[in-house]
Amino acid sequence: MKYGYYPGCSLEKNAIAYQLSTMAVAGPLGIEFQEIEDWNCCGATEYISINLQAAYALVGRNLALASEQNLNGDKKQLVAPCSACFLNLKKTDHYMAESPELTEQVNTALAAGGLHYDPGEVIVRHLLDIVYNDVGLDEIKKKVTKPLYNLRIAPYYGCLIVRPGDMESFDDPEYPTSMDKMMRVLGAEVVDFPMKAHCCGGHMTQISENVALDLIQRILKNAADYEADAIVTLCPMCQLNLDAYQEQVNKHYGTDYKIPILYFTQMIGLALGLDAEALGFGKEFVDAGPALKKIGVKPPPKPKKKRKSKDELPMPVMPEES
Amino acid sequence: MTSATIQARAPTFLDEVIENTPGSDPRLEMCIQCGTCGGSCPSGPDMDCTPRQLFAMINAGMKKDVLSCNTPWFCVSCYYCMVRCPQEIHITDIMYTLKRMAIKEGLYRESSATSAPEFSETFIDYVENYGRSFELGVATRYHLRHHPLQAMGMATGMGLGMLRKGRMDLTPTRIKNIDQLKAILAKAKELGGEQ
Repeated sequence: MKYGYYPGCSLEKNAIAYQLSTMAVAGPLGIEFQEIEDWNCCGATEYISINLQAAYALVGRNLALASEQNLNGDKKQLVAPCSACFLNLKKTDHYMAESPELTEQVNTALAAGGLHYDPGEVIVRHLLDIVYNDVGLDEIKKKVTKPLYNLRIAPYYGCLIVRPGDMESFDDPEYPTSMDKMMRVLGAEVVDFPMKAHCCGGHMTQISENVALDLIQRILKNAADYEADAIVTLCPMCQLNLDAYQEQVNKHYGTDYKIPILYFTQMIGLALGLDAEALGFGKEFVDAGPALKKIGVKPPPKPKKKRKSKDELPMPVMPEES
Repeated sequence: MTSATIQARAPTFLDEVIENTPGSDPRLEMCIQCGTCGGSCPSGPDMDCTPRQLFAMINAGMKKDVLSCNTPWFCVSCYYCMVRCPQEIHITDIMYTLKRMAIKEGLYRESSATSAPEFSETFIDYVENYGRSFELGVATRYHLRHHPLQAMGMATGMGLGMLRKGRMDLTPTRIKNIDQLKAILAKAKELGGEQ
């Protein structure tokens, strides 16, 4: 199965674990990715707040490049692992198809760079969709060599991949189950997680921290109440908010959550018996070590702290007894 | 019917909001004031007024009050309201429209979310000049300006952690064909009436 691939800015760096694990499991699952050459940022949720025409033209360039580079022959399916990128790409295509006026505007802008895009030329899909629907659970099950027995997982979908409702979606907008079933096939114990499709706060961490911490806290509390060993997600923004802000949530609310936030591709990789370090474990802020130990996987070695030499700084020492 | 001419009425604020929302009809005039949107909103309690109230205000032509409300800036784009709305109103898209209009009219400064547009602007500044987003640049530029104390905390705490874990770049990455992107965006802005 061949697909065009749009990694998005997050997977280049902050969600490097997602990128590493996606690439590591693609081969064994029979997926071949061809990255769009010279893609640009999708604008996240920011560009559309400032300038409508520029926001659609920005995404339009990516769609035009994907179509022009003829990524996977006639089918032209483009896969995005990041929920925000996925939504922006899909929504632009969808709204262009609905509005000839928008299509004309986008193409007038694209023409300034020698590009053109007709809506419907590229089919935009999320990574979870193709792993669940195209690879399929039966095929994944056959490849499992190290089942994740006894590991309690809270599957967390966030907002953007199953909503908004006026576009076709591969799962239920409020109670999605595709990742639940996938984790079960890997051998894990799946928690029926009520907060599974609630919001992680998105960019509110930057705008109103109190609002953001409250939203993050609700999800962590719910996972802790259900005694989950890990929250498994499919979105770099969700991962970052729940992982990097967990310490701040604990300080703010006087809690003691230690729930590692992992990507579903990392879990597939573990069940396929791949090396934890190659799957990007160790990049998370909240240590996944205890969860890994539960399924008999040795956590990757932690970077050693340099031991300071005794002579380095003039430190007070106890006089030696004679 | 005789050839009576239909008198065109002057466009209302409601027309203006609908006109500026992309895609097909956002169905804003269909609101039945049921309040499902506000009840589904994760940041509803922190908003000056709920989406339901806001839509009634739009209908009443209260432009200044609507555009100086923090509601669109506190929208987290989770689309819960949109999937639950019985009238299928494109609520999230309308929030984006209101943000753009609030910036255009300079009214966002009246709301309690005055720094939100600048976060967006700092973010897109890197996108326009490099073709990629740049977390370290956005965080330092935006926070040093708006919350210097928090910036210090971030730099020593999470920011340092991100660097240590290899999850943040020190310099932005530039796409190869940045000139092409700049030409496209300049043209798009021209179409939108911006110089």
